[in-house]
Amino acid sequence: MGIVQGMSDAEILAKVIKVTVEELSVKEEEVTEAASFTEDLGADSLDVVELVMAFEEEFGIDIPDDDVTQLKSVGDAVNYIKNKQG
Amino acid sequence: MSLEFRPSGRVVVTGIGLVTALGTGVEKTWSGICAGENPVGPVESFDVSEYSTRIAAEVKDFDAADWMDKKDAKRVDRFIAFAHTGASMALADSGLVVNDENRCEIGVLMGAGIGGLEMLGDQHRRQIEGGPSRVSPFLVPYMIPDMASGWISIVHGLKGPNICVVTACATGANAIGDAYEIIKRGDAVAMVTGGTEAPINEIGMGGFCAVRAMSNRNDDPKRASRPFDKERDGFVIGEGCGSLVLEDYDYAVARGARIYGEVVGYGLTADAYHITQPDPDADGAIRVMKMALRKAGLSPDSVDYINAHGTSTAYNDRQETMAIKNVFGERAYKIPVSSTKSMLGHSLGATGAVEAIFCLLAIRDGIVPPTINYEFPDPDCDLDYVPNVARKQKVEVALTNSFGFGGHNACLIFKKL
Repeated sequence: MGIVQGMSDAEILAKVIKVTVEELSVKEEEVTEAASFTEDLGADSLDVVELVMAFEEEFGIDIPDDDVTQLKSVGDAVNYIKNKQG
Repeated sequence: MSLEFRPSGRVVVTGIGLVTALGTGVEKTWSGICAGENPVGPVESFDVSEYSTRIAAEVKDFDAADWMDKKDAKRVDRFIAFAHTGASMALADSGLVVNDENRCEIGVLMGAGIGGLEMLGDQHRRQIEGGPSRVSPFLVPYMIPDMASGWISIVHGLKGPNICVVTACATGANAIGDAYEIIKRGDAVAMVTGGTEAPINEIGMGGFCAVRAMSNRNDDPKRASRPFDKERDGFVIGEGCGSLVLEDYDYAVARGARIYGEVVGYGLTADAYHITQPDPDADGAIRVMKMALRKAGLSPDSVDYINAHGTSTAYNDRQETMAIKNVFGERAYKIPVSSTKSMLGHSLGATGAVEAIFCLLAIRDGIVPPTINYEFPDPDCDLDYVPNVARKQKVEVALTNSFGFGGHNACLIFKKL
């Protein structure tokens, strides 16, 4: 824990984009804040599990299974991770 | 069947694909085989300094991203990437166009001797280091050996019979044989078949070192795989995929397909003797060749070439020689018997399919591949092993053997059409 603390919104967004590009093999310009992981970026249910694990590792946080449904878009992920700073 | 089709009872090979240590592609591999090239060398893909065997025939001329979606290429286990590539090649080579009329009558039987060992090793390490929540959701799908068949069906939309054969080093041959039976009995008009394997990774090499079946000639890798030679000391591990498109004869002829040869015989038996050692009496190996000949309706005199299992282990090469002499009698001394493992090493579940393709190419080109590294005759191995140099010779009927841990024996016979 704590890696997220002190990170600016822009830094979180940049990291979320980097992880998403890596995990889903999509182009960086496709990864907008509004982009849905499943509908716009082609992720299936297994991809989502893998992506969430990558977020956990990148930000040193724990994302419980029950919370995963909240992470529909890139912006959702950024907000969720930001709130974990609390 | 939605196609109004009666099985002819005859099965032919219309497409082939190869990924081997001699190159990605049929002609690259075959020209290397005919020239007696030797791709064996020190393992480069990971640190092998602590392993008792540190050499292999690795596939180097291969980038999965050249053949499949970038995301998939990064994620799938190497045995699936090989299978994807081999099958795509074989299908393209066959000219068979998959459409809504025929897709339910075309199946896949791509064998894998082990499956995604690298995937298993990597994910096991993640679990040990970070707990079960660190295990990738792709571990299970990309580790299970049947995923090669499943994957190919998804990529090409093939909705016919879809299964997997796992019989260790006999896998590739059993897969082709079983695919042949599926077409023969009318369950499909065509099958994408073969074998795939990617065992050259940390846990795979660890396991095979422990079995003590591999050559330890680490200082002289080019001379390590020496089937039937007196100085042989074990096999050299290889990797890759051999894939074939098998078709009902009438179906292939009706679409004007180019035909490499007919599958005429398939034998399968068990040693029921030991988990890793072949039966010293070679009973299962003798019976498997006899069974294939019987089902082909051919006499031993009609066989022009034998692609041996020829692993370069003390036991296999002696017992296989004994079996060939038992089945073929005096004629055994007149049949060229070669082991292409002298060049490609032993690609386990892939090898039977790779060698089946060499039988078909021997028939096509009238060239018998050599056994390289043949230097010192062994009194127990006294057949014509086509030492060191390929031979121009007409081949009408070719037979190939494959024997696997567990005591599985498989034999295929191909005939020129």
